[in-house]
Parts: sequence; structure tokens; C-alpha cells
Amino acid sequence: MKEKNNTIYLDYASTTPVDPRVAKRMMEFLTPDGEFGNPASRSHRYGWKADEAVEEARSHVANLVNCDPREIVWTSGATEADNLAVKGIAKFYKTKGNHIITSKIEHKAVLDPCRQLERDGFEVTYLEPNEGGIITPEAVQEAIKDSTILVSIMHINNELGTLNNIDGIGRITREKGIFFHVDAAQSTGKVPIDLKQLPVDLMSFSAHKTYGPKGVGALFVRRKPRVRIEAQIHGGGHERGMRSGTLPTHQLVGMGEAFRIAKIDMKQDIEKIKKFHDMFLDQVNDIEHVYLNGDVANKVPNILNVSFNFVEGESLIMGLKDIAVSSGSACTSASLEPSYVLRALGRKDELAHSSIRFSFGRFTNEDEVLETLSILKNVVERLRELSPLWEMHLDGIDLDTVEWKTH
Amino acid sequence: MAYSKKVVDKFEDTLNNPQAFKVGRFDPAELNVGTGMVGAPACGDVMKLQIKCEPKGNSHVIKDVKFKTYGCGSAIASSSELVEMLIGKTLEEAKAIKNIEIVEALELPPIKIHCSVLAEDSIRQAIEDYESKQ
Repeated sequence: MKEKNNTIYLDYASTTPVDPRVAKRMMEFLTPDGEFGNPASRSHRYGWKADEAVEEARSHVANLVNCDPREIVWTSGATEADNLAVKGIAKFYKTKGNHIITSKIEHKAVLDPCRQLERDGFEVTYLEPNEGGIITPEAVQEAIKDSTILVSIMHINNELGTLNNIDGIGRITREKGIFFHVDAAQSTGKVPIDLKQLPVDLMSFSAHKTYGPKGVGALFVRRKPRVRIEAQIHGGGHERGMRSGTLPTHQLVGMGEAFRIAKIDMKQDIEKIKKFHDMFLDQVNDIEHVYLNGDVANKVPNILNVSFNFVEGESLIMGLKDIAVSSGSACTSASLEPSYVLRALGRKDELAHSSIRFSFGRFTNEDEVLETLSILKNVVERLRELSPLWEMHLDGIDLDTVEWKTH
Repeated sequence: MAYSKKVVDKFEDTLNNPQAFKVGRFDPAELNVGTGMVGAPACGDVMKLQIKCEPKGNSHVIKDVKFKTYGCGSAIASSSELVEMLIGKTLEEAKAIKNIEIVEALELPPIKIHCSVLAEDSIRQAIEDYESKQ
């Protein structure tokens, strides 16, 4: 087992631990005394039992989002599901049109396939969010052309926690006969999803953001009205030809169990996390010059993205060494670019550089939240004491009027 | 973030004991103080370095240093490392300091070398400012 670890984990939007109840179920499908068979084996009991488990898991996933189990295609994760949806639609319907609409704040799992499609001759429009981090139905409406075949907009933004009106966007795409894909990797167990009601054609899911294992996800592909996609992985015609490859029974059982539990625990998870969110926001506002990124009236409570002006994000993370959080600043990459999501909101670069994402989860407790707040206040104060920008601010200098000697 | 232990230690020591590590400021208007400030908030780092000097023979010697740095952990550690190198040096010796000395002292990874370059620029500017006042 690993060494004893006192680091407080507030990075649930990055990944969650597997719920012990889920891990227990997964263990039953691995070893010689378990159901280790290949679900595609039709000729013996091992295969039948594995297949049964896979189909039960599929129903659990479908049940959480209220769709038909036959509309769920297993993938290796939300990244593959996003790739399959975006490229799969583009390639299948390329004779209908070559225009795709997405947004600047999508996950790279959507943006990078779009870039690839541009190289293949497709045209892509990247919508700007409003200053609250929301992609509005109106923005989508305005970008639609005769050649538009696909709109891909995320449900919950992974950096901000902001929630897009996918019902509103879907009504527009449905009316125009354009396919609508939604990346819902951050949504399961956080907000109710009803695919019987939502005018969405494809939706991506991830297991490991919802207390399931890494390496497994799913794509919802609507049957009525029928949506067709070109497979991206070939080799045996599994998953009704949409995604070949031997099904990893234990992974799928894990995702199914995680989603089954999410359906039951969602209400209490949300209630608890909402309490932490409000407590955190209330206390973090005691620190001067703190900005919440993303529209607070239109976001999920499990993600809080905060900028601490006059303090750089990476040093703040280093100061918060006993707390596991993410920085919006990608200072570790060679480009030294601040988060593209925060920049898209129109935040000044220095605020984008100073942002931290705190994300709470099922196993977060109140003591951890309180301790984080206390450490945070202390470290921000110390870093400001070190900051020439804070000193200038206290001297009454407007930093926007300074001529910086860039390097 | 794969920081060397040296960067982490230097950063934490500076953060936890700012006075001992020369965090602070001199009055920039004083004639024996030279101030250099480099970088930009939009780039993610700004270093301000101040030297307090006195004449000695034909040269001037750095008697004391103060600094403040906005930036990543490596930027803060680089400033702090540079400050330690400066005290007691003549301006000629200080001008001869190269960023590679900071890189080596802190074992900075390639993507963080710009932090040491910034530190080198800050001392050059501080010396320029000081010399312009003499």
C-alpha cells in the first residue's frame, strides 16, 4: 500500500477515487474464480455470464441518463467518445455539409478532433463564451450556416463548472436538422440528465469522474431520430459496428456500478457539496481581490474556480503543497500560456495566471474544507508580501498603466 | 510539476521567512539604491530587485539587497538564489553573474530557464539604475 498521505484532495474534477463499493464489484470479474470470460464468446457459460454483466452495466448507465440501453456505446473514456462523436458524424455526413460549430472552452478531446477535421477540409466555428463562461443558444443560432452538420457543446465546463443550456441549444439544432453532441464528462452524478426529454443526439460520458475506474466511458447515440456515425476503430464489429474491441468486463461493470450508485446518492452528494461550496465561497471572499471565475448563478457547486489577484497560480499551488488542486495556468508547458478557458472569458492574463480550481467530491469532509481555507488565507497573504504587484497596488499604482519590460 | 528539491526548499524557506531572505524594499529615491524591475504580469512573472551600494576604492560594493517576485515557484527561488550571490560583490563582479549559475544552483529544468534569465536581467537593470545616479 502507499505511504500515509495527509494531502487534502480537492481535485475531483480531474478524477475521483473509485468508490470502494465499485471496486468490490469489479473484483468479481477478473480472477479464475470470477466471471472473467469474453462477453463476445457465444459458445459457453463464461461468455454468457460476462455478457450478462456487461448488459446489466449498460442498463445502469442508461438508467442514470434516462435513455435506452441500446443507445449506449462503450468506449475507453470520454476522450474516445468525443472523438467518435465528432469525427464519426463529420465523416458519415460529409456529403451533407462540412461545417461544425463548437466553442473555445471545450475540452481538448473535442477541440483537437475539430482541428484534425479542419486539416481534412472541414470548416469549424469556435464560439466565444460570454463573460460568465456560458455558451448561449443565441450564439449557436447565429453561427449556423446551410453547410452546418454538427454542433458540439459541453454540458458542464471542466475548469469553471459552468452549466450550458443544452436544452435550448438542442431545440435550435433539432429544428434545423443539425446533429448535436454534448460532452457530459463532468455531469453524471452532479446534475440530473433526462435524454428522453433533451434534444441531444450524442452525449459523451466518463466513468472516472463519477467514482468509477479510469479507462472506460460511453457514447450515447440516439436511435430515434436515428443518428449514424462512422466507426473510428475497426476489428470485429463490436458495439453494433460503432466501436470494435473486446469489451473490458470489469471496467464496464465498474462504470455501471458507479452510475447505479450515482443515481441513488446524487441528491445527498449534491446537498453536502453545496454546503461546502457556500461555506468556501463565503470565507474566500474575506480575502481581498479575489474573483470567482464563471457565472455563480449558473454553475455546479462541486467546482470553484477562483483567481487571487497579484499572486501567480503556480506559486500558489506550490504554497498549497498539502492540498491537491489544479491551476488554470499552464506554466509548466513550454508556451507559458494561461488557461485558454479563462482567456476566452476575457479575463486579464494576470488573473488567468492566478486562478486555482477547487473541486469537491463525495469523500470531502468539512474539516478538510476548513483547513484548506485556513491554509489558503495564510499562503495568499505570504505570497502577496513577496509580490511586487501587490506592493504597487498598495502604493496606489494602476498596474494597467505601467510599461512592463517584457522579456 | 517536477521541481527539484532545491527549488522547493528555496521557495518554502523564502515564503516562510521573508525577512531572512531579503524580501522587502528600499526607498528607490535614495542615491545609494539601484532598482531593477523586469517581466510583466501578463507573462506570469515580475521581478523587482534593489541593491544598496557604497563606494570602495575605484568600484562600488553591494552592501544589501531587497527583492520582491511575482511568479512561479522557480521564479521566486531564482530571485532568492540571486540575492544570496550578490551581497559583498563589487558591481563588476555582479555584472559578471550569469543565469547558468542560478540554473545549476537550483537544478532548474529547461522550461524554467527563463526564470534565471529574468533574474540576470533584474540585476543588470538594478546596476544600470544605480550607476545612472552616481
